[in-house]
Amino acid sequence: MKHDQKYTGQEFKVVGARVERPDGVDKVTGRARYGADANAPGQLVGLVLRSSHAHARIVKIDTSKAEKVAGVKAVLTSADLPDLTNGDAGNYATLVNCMARDRVLYDGHAVAAVAATDKSSAKKALKLIKVTYEKLPHVTDVDEALKKGAPLVQPTNKQDGKPSNKSGHFEFGHGDIEAGLLEADIVLERSYKTEQTHQGYIEPHACLATVGPDGSGELWVTTQGHFSFRIMCAALLGMDVAKLKVTSSEIGGGFGGKTHVWIEPVALALARKSNRPVKMVMSREEVFKASGPTCATSMDVKIGAKKDGTITAAFIECRYSDGPFPGIWGMLGGMTAWACYDLKNCKAVGVDVLVNRPKVAAYRAPSAPMMAFGVESTIDQLAKELDIDPVEFRLRNVAKEGTRSSYGPIYGPIGIEPTLEAVRDHPHMRAKLRKNQGRGMASGFWFNIGGQTCSDLNVGVDGTVNLTVGTVDVGGARASLSLIAAEELGISYDQVKTNIGDTSSLGHNDTTEGSRGTFSSGMATIFAAREAIEVMKSRAAQMWGIPEDAVEWKDGEARAVGAEHGNLPALSLKEIAAEAGATGGPIAGHHEVTADGSGVSFASHICDVEVDPETGKTTVLRYTVVQDAGKAIHPDYVEGQFQGAAAQGIGWALNEEYVYGEDGCLQNAGFLDYRVPVCSDLPFIDTKILEIPNPNHPYGIRGVGECSIVPPLAAIGNAVSNAVGVRLNHVPMSPPRILKALDDAGA
Amino acid sequence: MTGVHVSTSINGDPVEYVCPADESLLDVLRDRVGLTGVKEGCGTGDCGACSITLDGALVCACLVLGAEAEGRKVTTIEGMGDGEKLHPLQRQFIDNAALQCGVCTPGFLIAAKSLLDENPDPTVEEIRYALAGNLCRCTGYDKIVRAVQAAAKDLRRQKK
Repeated sequence: MKHDQKYTGQEFKVVGARVERPDGVDKVTGRARYGADANAPGQLVGLVLRSSHAHARIVKIDTSKAEKVAGVKAVLTSADLPDLTNGDAGNYATLVNCMARDRVLYDGHAVAAVAATDKSSAKKALKLIKVTYEKLPHVTDVDEALKKGAPLVQPTNKQDGKPSNKSGHFEFGHGDIEAGLLEADIVLERSYKTEQTHQGYIEPHACLATVGPDGSGELWVTTQGHFSFRIMCAALLGMDVAKLKVTSSEIGGGFGGKTHVWIEPVALALARKSNRPVKMVMSREEVFKASGPTCATSMDVKIGAKKDGTITAAFIECRYSDGPFPGIWGMLGGMTAWACYDLKNCKAVGVDVLVNRPKVAAYRAPSAPMMAFGVESTIDQLAKELDIDPVEFRLRNVAKEGTRSSYGPIYGPIGIEPTLEAVRDHPHMRAKLRKNQGRGMASGFWFNIGGQTCSDLNVGVDGTVNLTVGTVDVGGARASLSLIAAEELGISYDQVKTNIGDTSSLGHNDTTEGSRGTFSSGMATIFAAREAIEVMKSRAAQMWGIPEDAVEWKDGEARAVGAEHGNLPALSLKEIAAEAGATGGPIAGHHEVTADGSGVSFASHICDVEVDPETGKTTVLRYTVVQDAGKAIHPDYVEGQFQGAAAQGIGWALNEEYVYGEDGCLQNAGFLDYRVPVCSDLPFIDTKILEIPNPNHPYGIRGVGECSIVPPLAAIGNAVSNAVGVRLNHVPMSPPRILKALDDAGA
Repeated sequence: MTGVHVSTSINGDPVEYVCPADESLLDVLRDRVGLTGVKEGCGTGDCGACSITLDGALVCACLVLGAEAEGRKVTTIEGMGDGEKLHPLQRQFIDNAALQCGVCTPGFLIAAKSLLDENPDPTVEEIRYALAGNLCRCTGYDKIVRAVQAAAKDLRRQKK
């Protein structure tokens, strides 16, 4: 096989099976407990008062009337949250974002909070808090923010020694762009914009906090990273990490938006002040206004190519709106921009810009979809200009094993070429199209990450196994990790039950982000199981009274080997477990690791659309995702990740956007006006899983969760262009924008 | 605010509660009756996570007042299975991997059951339009539609 690699063709007994997930019954019966589903005796309701100004100085906050409302047990302002961040800029930004200090920085910024015995009393108290504001000029658009004389979002922020809204500048690439452009037969220059979108998880942020007078606390919370939440909350509130126990509830979607604290430190502070448990649940309006959507962007692309289709130079600059605090979004975008291609001369510039919008958080392959929109839209136009098939054009420039990537590293075995070949050969590419219909394709890249991880594996007295992991299960990970443990131990899937441990039951685990859950917890699980196997071999040796090196482990049982002992009947895991008390005590394995070597992932998508020239409405008729998974542990949930990511990308491409008014306030903070795709908007989403093993993982696993949100913006833009002959350079390609483009083109 | 006394039937059981006149049935079900399988995703009737039936009609519990349940029959996800036995829709949602995070699942199941009660053999398009009031952000709806198709088939077979 052309793409054979280390670990290709590994034989698995249970990995790869489409088994029933362990949390399935709980989730179809309503028993599963999410962030808002926990209660504690004597709990209070916590609510937040939020700014309705885009930018204003807080002159005075008078809480005296609110404090007198019957049932109110605590009122909180920034005065109750002293700065304990010790010069850590990231933590200070989080503190300021959780509760405004001298200024409010966006519509929805928290100003005060109340805890009361019931919702009505808490609402009444919020209304009685009197905040005196002095309005300040604001800026919400990324391009406007960079103009001379723009209102300054953070007056202390400087670029080149001067006050500026530019907060970061990152460059990646190699070669000489100018020289490359001189070699080109054709050069295309294009500019694009993408609007701000939200992850749109259906479960709002919610938590239940308790803090006792002894300084110990507990937090039940919907989160992608309970260990990171513990660190952030402890740092902001001056608590000891060991004394704060954080339990991750079932999580109702995150997509990056639940990697960061918003109401949680406030809930803990209210609990501490009132000495009562405090439950806080964001409204949907609060989720839109005051959690962490992704950036709006503006970008310029320049690509030169020879007549034979060789790209000679590739340049992009993309400007990301970070909200009021500096982020790393320009850096992430810059690293991804040209990653699909093998280029002699390439450069990507990512710029971070401060605006009066909410503090941006990660959203599935953060920053990559925007740059991919610019890159893949321009590449498509270039292929057309050169009269080369767009898939063929990409294949001529495709990155391979050994290619020096645009962001630095030399690639190992990677899947971009195979995904493009699979697209080229897919029957979808040859299906007939009718009038006003068009087909587009595009590719995308995401790094994936590893990070700190530990897992505990405990063998029970009856031979069933508990696996405890510290990454969160967002979409079926417990099933995948049980499969991995069963595979390694040589037992059946049904004998393993995987749980998510709270922060007091395991060592630190990094947040479940960067498609790292199954990659890194899978790795820790494999090695934990191997450790348990060593223990069981030793116990079997004791039971037999033979040397340990005469025991091997196969198919879930210990076997004595060699001429002397080979006749002994095998001892099953169950038999060894039953004797554990007499052979040295409980049997367990554990593993701690910083999981390096996450394999990069690539996806290529095909999509057919029909554009109604009367209304400008675009309907997605057919959609195909091809992505490299390394190894699909549970194919159902791998397909699910591909389909879900594509659907989010389709929503971003066609409908979703934050709309800000002249007053700097968000005008569509609800699901009615911020329209995510509904069931009747989408076709079935076909998937093709490629398996090019990651040589750094014992099972060849790569992360799969994010990459497929990267291609859809450009794939749809290319399809729209092929359907009605106009190129959309502004996402979302909503009906008004398409109509305008058609009008401008005189169609 | 003086409470309203309400006598109603929830999942076949007689239930009484007192709630403020302005409290939604969603808050009553979750906070007073303890049925947290009914989820709140928006509170404005846009996401369908709190789908229940009221006298057999599919409604968003966030758009109904607790006081309006007086003398009526409420069904929630907690009343969908038959004791230990899952409803074919619940079974097929699991078998088809039609849920990832699962928070929208109770609402989808109630809405899908409502569809299949009326129309035992829906087309894909009918399924998609019947479920258009329920938002799912994880799955792209693909496996949800397939699960409803499979459950519809199971239910038709059961009736024969």
